[in-house]
Amino acid sequence: MSRYSRHIQLTEIGEAGQRKISQAKVLVVGAGGLSCPALQYLTAAGIGTLGIIDFDVVEESNLQRQVLFGTSTIGMNKALAAKQRLEDLNPTISIHAYPEKLTVKNAIALFTDYDIIVDGSDTIATRYLINDAAIVCDKPIVYGAIYKFEGHLAVFNYNHGPTYRSLFPEPPRNGSVANCSEVGVLGVLPGIIGAMQANEVLKIVLGFRGVLSGKLLCYHSQTGQTNVISVPKSKSSIEEDLLKSGILSDTYEATCDVLIPNISAEEALQTENTLFVDVRGFGEIPEVMLPNSMHIPLHELEQRLDEFRFEKNYMIFCATGARSTIAIARLQKHFNHHFYNVIGGATALLAQIKQPHE
Amino acid sequence: MNLNIKYFGVLAEITQCSEETLSFSEGTVGELLAVLQAKYPALGTKDFQVAHKQEIVTKDTKITNPEIALLPPFSGG
Repeated sequence: MSRYSRHIQLTEIGEAGQRKISQAKVLVVGAGGLSCPALQYLTAAGIGTLGIIDFDVVEESNLQRQVLFGTSTIGMNKALAAKQRLEDLNPTISIHAYPEKLTVKNAIALFTDYDIIVDGSDTIATRYLINDAAIVCDKPIVYGAIYKFEGHLAVFNYNHGPTYRSLFPEPPRNGSVANCSEVGVLGVLPGIIGAMQANEVLKIVLGFRGVLSGKLLCYHSQTGQTNVISVPKSKSSIEEDLLKSGILSDTYEATCDVLIPNISAEEALQTENTLFVDVRGFGEIPEVMLPNSMHIPLHELEQRLDEFRFEKNYMIFCATGARSTIAIARLQKHFNHHFYNVIGGATALLAQIKQPHE
Repeated sequence: MNLNIKYFGVLAEITQCSEETLSFSEGTVGELLAVLQAKYPALGTKDFQVAHKQEIVTKDTKITNPEIALLPPFSGG
């Protein structure tokens, strides 16, 4: 086919490689700054089945970097607008637009239908949701993320390799990370990173060596400097729970958006009418022995809500504050009690118990 | 040892530099972070990972190489 002749001329691709490309199924999450160039090159390359999921609509301020859209598509859903543009670019492939939000309810069913997930999302919550759903479905993620003039590129969960949680085990605290709509971004930067994401997708599809698995490429558009950082695979109890249960937690948004009251270990231990709740998995160390405490691993929380029926000050803790934050966000939906996140978790509590302040 | 510390993203805004040389006797990543947080208190409000010899490491890693990088998560797309 003349459309792909420049691919086929490459001995590294050839007709067999182009066939692999035409059989590949790639889901792109988000149709924003990163996804537009990624989608453009994946479509042009002839990826056989492309999925695009985005609930958002095109705004004028997107046109500075989201190159699939134009003034005529302002106000239109981005997934549908992208599909319309891409079908003109390459009518020989099949493109599915999902004009909806990626959620815990649709993620697994959607991911199951594709071979590779491209993370072009723009919130931290969605990035954790993508990671966790990809782990449940055993799919590689081609990850891209940007901040002002800097970009990140990596491949996660490739042949059970390192994941996003190997890099950032748990979501950052509220307000610790801003997105493009809050801070601005150089328009061409997502173009560069998004095109590199398309490149990683093709490397995976073609079985090339040198896939950026477990490597974080950091690019600075002002200096042109590139740093490649190795991300060793780390043990994540959240991911182990996911592999066992196959069920996603329902509070990805909550962990990043809801205000969680924090309390120091010292203050928590001095508060009256308290009940300490350890939401870590069973057997996690250090063990914290307190008389007024209970142990409810996060994945059992929904089944054990009745244990929170008493009016008390609940001091929720885990290892770092991520799972306790998720637990509190869930508990706040059911009860009006006071729930506090113990800063420093089990380690901080233990230090206080061993060396109480006079 | 003179460490070469790189700051990425919002951390470079806090430190007002993308890179600096810092003399550090010896110790762990956690101990270095305590020094850096004393110098730049706002670092304590941010979440980030530390790379040592171009590899993500934990706080108890002993520093044996001058190449250090502080990497915050990016959310933008």
